[in-house]
Amino acid sequence: MTLNAELSRRIYTDMWRIRLFEEEALRQTSLGSVKGTLHTYCGEEAIAVAVCAHLRDDDYVLGTHRSHGHCLAKGAPMDRMMAELFGRTTGSCRAKGGSMHIADFSRNILGANGIVAGGIGPGTGTALASKIRKSDQVSVVFFGDGAAARGPFHEGLLFGSLWKLPVIYVCENNGYQQWVPRRNVAVVDSVADMAASYAIPGVSVDGQDLEAVYGAAEEAVARARRGEGPTLIEARTYRFYGHSLGDMEEYRSREEVDDWRENRDPIKLFSAWMKERQWLGDDEDEAIQTEVKAEIVRSVTYAEESPLPSPEDVMTDVLDDEWRVSA
Amino acid sequence: MRTIALRDALREALHEEMARDDSVFVIGEDVIAHGGPYTVTQGIVDKWPERIFETPIAEAGIVGLGVGAALAGMRPVVEIMYVDFITCAMDEVVNQAAKMRYMTGGQASVPIVIRLPCGPARLVAAQHSQIMESWFMHVPGLQVVAPSTPYDAKGLMKTAIRSPDPVAFFEYKALYVSEGEVPEEDYVIPFGKADIKREGEDATVVAIGGMVPRALEAGIALEDEGYDIEVVDPRTLAPLDMETICESVRRTGRVVVCEMDSSFAGTGAEIAAALAEQCFHDLRAPIVRVGSPHVPMPFAEELVNVTVPDAKAVANAVRKVMA
Ligand SMILES: Cc1ncc(C[n+]2csc(CCOP(=O)(O)OP(=O)(O)O)c2C)c(N)n1
Ligand SMILES: [Mg+2]
Repeated sequence: MTLNAELSRRIYTDMWRIRLFEEEALRQTSLGSVKGTLHTYCGEEAIAVAVCAHLRDDDYVLGTHRSHGHCLAKGAPMDRMMAELFGRTTGSCRAKGGSMHIADFSRNILGANGIVAGGIGPGTGTALASKIRKSDQVSVVFFGDGAAARGPFHEGLLFGSLWKLPVIYVCENNGYQQWVPRRNVAVVDSVADMAASYAIPGVSVDGQDLEAVYGAAEEAVARARRGEGPTLIEARTYRFYGHSLGDMEEYRSREEVDDWRENRDPIKLFSAWMKERQWLGDDEDEAIQTEVKAEIVRSVTYAEESPLPSPEDVMTDVLDDEWRVSA
Repeated sequence: MRTIALRDALREALHEEMARDDSVFVIGEDVIAHGGPYTVTQGIVDKWPERIFETPIAEAGIVGLGVGAALAGMRPVVEIMYVDFITCAMDEVVNQAAKMRYMTGGQASVPIVIRLPCGPARLVAAQHSQIMESWFMHVPGLQVVAPSTPYDAKGLMKTAIRSPDPVAFFEYKALYVSEGEVPEEDYVIPFGKADIKREGEDATVVAIGGMVPRALEAGIALEDEGYDIEVVDPRTLAPLDMETICESVRRTGRVVVCEMDSSFAGTGAEIAAALAEQCFHDLRAPIVRVGSPHVPMPFAEELVNVTVPDAKAVANAVRKVMA
């Protein structure tokens, strides 16, 4: 689907939904309403929205510890996500998962993952299921550059390539692995180059450039749907906030962060790109942001008004207690 | 009734479940060639070539793919060549398969069966002889199964495949060729139901997996001394049927808990602790555990023989509780 004015506005709106959802979640953390930690996606929004724009409801998405963006872009209801962060029973995971394990199976979002590279094997497995069932569903696995160091990355790509599975591996290379710059611990600069070992296409794109990610994802999704196998997309990006809450950010300079925020903000860049084409007026831009802010307020209200879990909830959902075997 | 070997019973269970439900598939190393080292997956490729996957040697990938396929509604039966190698896929078992239902607030179902050939056989030493049941019992969200007879193996495998939650299925390599009666018709064995393998009045011997035949052998030897032991086989370790075990111990007042694995922090420790909590006042003698000493499996037969408990070790333990 070509990136026309209408689709661009939808994508642009989703970028704001992610940005403002997370900034509100950060604010709610400082107020004490959201507990636990948060890994924010701010600065990386173009990747999730550009990739998910090509997905159907029945396609699978698996994420990382930094997955609010993946969930919102794939269509997870925001109010239930906010309620999850608030630890309420109406949350996406009924207050059992929190930010790092957020999932919404109604949209085939099979979950964030607290284990670096943890989603790569399972995401290759959902693609195997599609192949066995001869469905044309594709799977997308998002992961950070740190994941490319782990065994499951290598094993997952091997299986994906070997069996030509309909899976798209999207590496969000933000240059840091928690507090360590990638250059200190990696031996190849581009994660995309690692695709060669598995005989699959590896594409490196500017992750701040929505159009570039959109194009790469379009080709990768089409290839997967045609049954031609996986693609590894590396999107070069940057995270605007610390790795997680309380990060002192001693490993990077204020200037570096300011430069990215000023000149490489994917929302600003896409807004300018749309305005250049007369696809977005200043009024419209403002209206979109106002509307998203209202949605955020509604989600907070929903979360605040939702019940906290009761002690007996702790014992449910370990196994399916209703199930009995029958001959 | 006809008599077949345990590995044949497992193979039948696989074939029958694959015929019954086309979401069942097999994945593992060498599972097509020769039907795996234990021949359990033999014949599947001829009937369902699109539902059996022979893999590279990549355990984390194998189990990881299984978890994903299960999340997408398939029912993978994963073969790990030796349980020892499951350590290469512990994240996939523990963090991905076992916790998924809970973390997602009940949204996820991970109907995966992980077959784990285990225990000493053929003197293959420390990295090919482990048992490890208690490692898996300790993970909430996993079901742990350890059959000792062909009948139990088949019925429990069918249940495992139909279960909506992950199963670690322990297969004692030394028992693969042991024979027993197995009916032709479809049957399942519910999880959490222990089986009394021998009735007796004087002492209860709780025996797990490969220790069951050894406990039965001890039972025969002890008859001459006038001791009539009851052998209880829990069959599934998670869930664990403490009710049946306690009921037996209340009758006999004496109990020996046997496992082939190291006793330290083992399966028997859990059973003994639960017995102490639930039947303390019914006990007429302290609980005795039988198991391996806390060492890796050695190579030389002389060393293996003093590591792995045999029928004599069980009989000695019974004498101790009877004294
Ligand atoms: C297997 C594993 N090791 C370590 C961690 C702790 N940890 C969480 S996120 C992270 C950094 C991940 O870096 P990257 O994959 O580049 O993702 P990013 O945070 O940059 O998005 C680390 C070390 C973990 N969650 N899982
Ligand atoms: Mg990173």
